[in-house]
Amino acid sequence: MTPATASQSQDATPAAQSQGALVRVRDVHKVYTRGSERIDVLQGVNLEVPRGDFLALMGPSGSGKTTLLNLLAGLDRPSGGQVEIGGDRIDSMSEGQLARWRSQHVGFVFQLYNLLPTLTAERNVELPLLLTPLSGSDRKRHVAAALAVVGLADRGKHYPRQLSGGQEQRVAIARAIVADPTLLLCDEPTGDLDRKSEEEILDLLQALNRDHGKTIVMVTHNAHAAACARRTVYLNKGQLQPEAIQ
Amino acid sequence: MRFLPLIWSNLRRKRVRTIFTLLSILVAFLLFGYLGAVSNAFDLGVKIAGVDRLVMTHKVSIILPLPLSYQDRIEQVPGVTDVANATWFGGVYQDPKNFFAQMAVDPERYLRLYPEFLLPEAQKKAWLADRTGAICGRYLADRFHWKIGDRIPLTAPWQKKDGSNSWEFTLDGIYDGATPSTDVTQFLFHWKYLDEARTRRNGMVGWYIIRIGHPDQAPQIAARLDDLFANSDSETKTSTEKAFMQGFAKQVGNIGAIITAILTVVFFIILLVAGNTMMQSVRERVTELAVLKTVGFPNGLILTLVLCESVVLAVVGGALGLGLAWLLISRGDPTGGALPIFYLPGESAVLGVVFIFLLGAATGSLPAIQAMRLRVVESLRRG
Repeated sequence: MTPATASQSQDATPAAQSQGALVRVRDVHKVYTRGSERIDVLQGVNLEVPRGDFLALMGPSGSGKTTLLNLLAGLDRPSGGQVEIGGDRIDSMSEGQLARWRSQHVGFVFQLYNLLPTLTAERNVELPLLLTPLSGSDRKRHVAAALAVVGLADRGKHYPRQLSGGQEQRVAIARAIVADPTLLLCDEPTGDLDRKSEEEILDLLQALNRDHGKTIVMVTHNAHAAACARRTVYLNKGQLQPEAIQ
Repeated sequence: MRFLPLIWSNLRRKRVRTIFTLLSILVAFLLFGYLGAVSNAFDLGVKIAGVDRLVMTHKVSIILPLPLSYQDRIEQVPGVTDVANATWFGGVYQDPKNFFAQMAVDPERYLRLYPEFLLPEAQKKAWLADRTGAICGRYLADRFHWKIGDRIPLTAPWQKKDGSNSWEFTLDGIYDGATPSTDVTQFLFHWKYLDEARTRRNGMVGWYIIRIGHPDQAPQIAARLDDLFANSDSETKTSTEKAFMQGFAKQVGNIGAIITAILTVVFFIILLVAGNTMMQSVRERVTELAVLKTVGFPNGLILTLVLCESVVLAVVGGALGLGLAWLLISRGDPTGGALPIFYLPGESAVLGVVFIFLLGAATGSLPAIQAMRLRVVESLRRG
């Protein structure tokens, strides 16, 4: 049993455990080469995340947190090992299959929000729905619902430059959940926010996990943010550490 | 359609840059349309030349006349189905600047040879019955505000038997063209009126227009005709009407080649300008494209979206340019008479539309491929 699964069996809720693991990472390696230099970013990582879990992934800079998150999102491919999400082996999917899979199963929240500055909040949130067969009115309905969930129902017509950092991140979260993905991946979602906004975002993520059953994996440097998760795993030098923070 | 707001929002990202790029495309297509009309106006004679018509002139020069007696002999040559003659008049209407072609013709024969001149039957009858009558093309009538029944005085180099150089005609008809390219700038009157009133070159005509039954036999018939009058006082030179018109056009210079050269340079520059704009546009939003890919936009869709942007840019700029060219062209001959048939030919408009899409595709393809190949992780890191 890996440190992570050990930690999971200690901390995951019984309800989550009963639904089985949504994420299964088995002996994953990721190697980068920079010139003649070989960098082992991930070295045999094993991790299981049950459905409905809220996992914080901590570790120092360069420990491989974001790399692991990118592998879970299907944005990058492992050099070795297997990544299975909801029963799908995403490490063996083609580019096209991965794109389709991402649009259906994953919502991604970035540290710097990464909203498209030329689109209104509504249009930003609508982006994942453009890939679905939904009609324009159905898309509008879904967008309104997602913005309502993040508390920005009245900001749909605003452009990102007209929103505060916390509001931008909430729009980004609305974009991540609008297509109702099974897995929400957050890369330091509070890293660029003040304390008040950070609290708002963390409350929101907790509500999404608690009330909407979203499975969340969140990379963070911030112990306070990690404390909001159901459990935390620690990554150092490309390996998951045995001790759980929480 | 659902992606249109996304495409449109990207074009509005740097409005000033987009407007300047649009303007440069607009100017290119304005030039394309306008110069196309100029080139067409110069080529018109060649284009409207009938494939079944030959032109016979004096072997030495077109300004030397041919005897009218040739007409019967031409008609008897196998392969010839009809003959008409025409004589250049060269008169001046009010001011030497008011140049237009005036020709003395045998009305019935001439109209038979040029069925593309559409003259109402009543006007035709009136003209045939009126020895000093004349007809003119619609363009000419509009240009000088002539109406049927008007007396039109021309001062010509032909001296009349009464010693004057003043010739007066009654406008009996106004003809229209069967197609937009039909020459509606001619002024035609009875050759008999000219021949009876003038003091010299009586019994002579300027040139013959000869219809043949089989255009593919044109070289043989032309040779046969010239042989017929070889070693006479007035030897002839017969060629197809197209070759005859080309000879005229070449005297001005190869306008078509000059215009093609100008447009090639213009389009090459626009290709670089618009291409550079698109490249810059993609470079500036590497992170955004990576976000779209993260959301699930497949590579093919990213390629299509960037291509669509450049095509939209080209379509808007090109359509405005061609539209503006059409507006300017529809105001008519910019030279006040040197290019009487001045219009944007249908084939030029179609070619313009094809060029618009080619420009859009050419300027967008490289940045679109770059965008498609973006690696999400690296792009997000760079952003």
